[in-house]
Amino acid sequence: MPSVEVPLLSGRNAPGFGALLKTELLLALRKRADIANPLLFFVTVLALLPLGVGPEPELLARMAPGIIWVMALLATLLSQESLFRGDFEDGTLEQMTLSPQPLYFAVLAKSAVHWLVTGLPLALLSPLLGLMLNLPAAGYLCLFVSLLLGSASLSLMGAVGAALTVALRRPGLLLALIVMPLYAPVLIFGTGAVQAAIDGYAYGAQLAILAALLAAAAALAPLAAAGAIRISTDS
Amino acid sequence: MPASPSPQSLLQVRDLSCERDGRRLFAGLGFELAAGGALQVEGSNGAGKTTLLRTLIGSAPDFAGQILWNGEPLPGALSQLRESLLYIGHRAGVRGGLTPLENLAWYGADREASHRALEQLDLYGFEDTLCQQLSAGQNRRVALARLFLPAAPRLWVLDEPLAALDLAGVSCLQGQMACHLSRGGSILFTSHQPVALARLQRIDLADYAVAEESAGGEHALG
Amino acid sequence: MEVSLAWQWFHRLGSPRWFYQKTGAWLPWLALASMVLLTVGTAWGLGFAPQDAKQGNSYRIIYIHVPAAFLALAGYYIMAISGAIGLIWKMKLSFAVMRAAAPIGAVLTFVALFTGAIWGKPTWGTYWVWDARITSMLILLFLYIGVIALGRAFSREQAADKACALLALVGTVNIPIIYKSVDWWYSLHQPATIKLTQASSIHPSMFYPLLTMVIGFYCLYAWTLIAHTRILVLQREWRTQWVREALEAGK
Repeated sequence: MPSVEVPLLSGRNAPGFGALLKTELLLALRKRADIANPLLFFVTVLALLPLGVGPEPELLARMAPGIIWVMALLATLLSQESLFRGDFEDGTLEQMTLSPQPLYFAVLAKSAVHWLVTGLPLALLSPLLGLMLNLPAAGYLCLFVSLLLGSASLSLMGAVGAALTVALRRPGLLLALIVMPLYAPVLIFGTGAVQAAIDGYAYGAQLAILAALLAAAAALAPLAAAGAIRISTDS
Repeated sequence: MPASPSPQSLLQVRDLSCERDGRRLFAGLGFELAAGGALQVEGSNGAGKTTLLRTLIGSAPDFAGQILWNGEPLPGALSQLRESLLYIGHRAGVRGGLTPLENLAWYGADREASHRALEQLDLYGFEDTLCQQLSAGQNRRVALARLFLPAAPRLWVLDEPLAALDLAGVSCLQGQMACHLSRGGSILFTSHQPVALARLQRIDLADYAVAEESAGGEHALG
Repeated sequence: MEVSLAWQWFHRLGSPRWFYQKTGAWLPWLALASMVLLTVGTAWGLGFAPQDAKQGNSYRIIYIHVPAAFLALAGYYIMAISGAIGLIWKMKLSFAVMRAAAPIGAVLTFVALFTGAIWGKPTWGTYWVWDARITSMLILLFLYIGVIALGRAFSREQAADKACALLALVGTVNIPIIYKSVDWWYSLHQPATIKLTQASSIHPSMFYPLLTMVIGFYCLYAWTLIAHTRILVLQREWRTQWVREALEAGK
């Protein structure tokens, strides 16, 4: 083995945020099933709803904003569990905790990609579901925007739950239990905005609050998730 | 025990004891790791080898005693330590959804260096295969490829690096470890198998084991 | 000098053994105080306080509902603060207090919900009403159950403690947001209805039994929290000498 005389690097080459994002996106796009499943769930369960409550258009129209939002919430929750699990099991999560770059950015990158492959498609699909549930015309744009903003918050907050439960062998519904109270305000303001749009009132305030929740979540949730990751990897 | 670390000393440990789940794994551990030196931690399973390694890199933050990096105590000096750290634990840190080249790129390597490193580990031709399609042994070698990159961090902390390697792989790795030491790096590792390296210190955790708690183990803090 | 004494006390507070030995003497007094206050308050509120103008006798449930709801929320903050202290100063005792507080708070929340339901039947005709207060209480119950379940899911006690502390703190940040948004949600869907307490306009003859009950509940909470923490301390320190001696002496 030739001894190569090269000077030792004093600092490690940590991937920049852009590289992190690219890698996560690459990984996510290679798992086609994981992208499709939440969307299929979304549409399938929504199709069950009229079977359950009856096909009256007015009833469905009244329930539409809430039902679409709750379904989006559940679909996001479905895909949240695997956010860190793969990396935990192959040791990458541990390597992330040792990186000189703050864990905050790795979590932020993962949450952003999670939103891109889960929340964004849900928001894009929502007008179709609004159609199926007879959503009044005034609600479509607001539904789309509120889901866009809200699902990003859901992804961020869900990361905290995912990080807390990643080391558990069978977390089961624990993730849902932990994350549900955090989801409640987003749900309230999301549906509130759509309802206001349908009733003809201004809904800018509700959307602004959703944006504020998103900003707070983006600032704080990755920090909490980073702390939880350190706790989980110390096992 | 010298009062202050010698100028070449990278890592110095004094009177270190670790507790896990209420059980004290070892106490009174002390050693010094200098640039160009290697330290092998020995001990039976469950003796606390992995915990020791993880404590030294700051992943298991509760310890009593002193750990000094370049003369500065942890946890203050942790970020400096991590700047110069390359850690390979039980779990390889290789992502199945990426190819070996992409994995190494994530660890900061450029394509040429990655190719050469993978070639040295007998992974030529597999650089663009997804790691989940490679065998466990091959995955392990992808992880070890980080050690064959030209710009390597100063301190290597390796948990069972020789595991899952065949004879050729073992000699290849030993050669690279010797190379690293000769250019001034340091290696801290655990291994069940004997490793042939010059300037090798050995520590057996059995020498520092604590008998089952019979005296009052009351702590004021933590 | 003052500061170092305070620190000394603070550090000794972190010693499970010191805690166990000191609080042994407190328990009987706390038990007595809570029993006395609760009995007096219950009799007063249920028996002797005047009828409410609008609700007749059914309002009397507030003598249990209000203190329980109060303490359920206060208990969550106590749990979260203990968790924070445990994380920052690495005190095992603080973590024990946090884990002890979780089920107590959950039970109190449940009592508040249950008495709220009893109160709902004669007042609104249904056992469950999704008003702002009750809905927030329900979410608080889920927050508690989350902490309890997370703690039991970890096999390592140290990891469980840290994870519960983190979750409790995340919940703490969220509680004001949740309460405010549920309030807003409720105001959208229902006109303002009877509030459970109108603190400013409550008559003294109704207020004093309520106050007695609140203080009684605080004593009860302190009693159960300390008792449960003592049990947890014994469980966690089972390997140490002083626990063996204490158990042999039958304390």
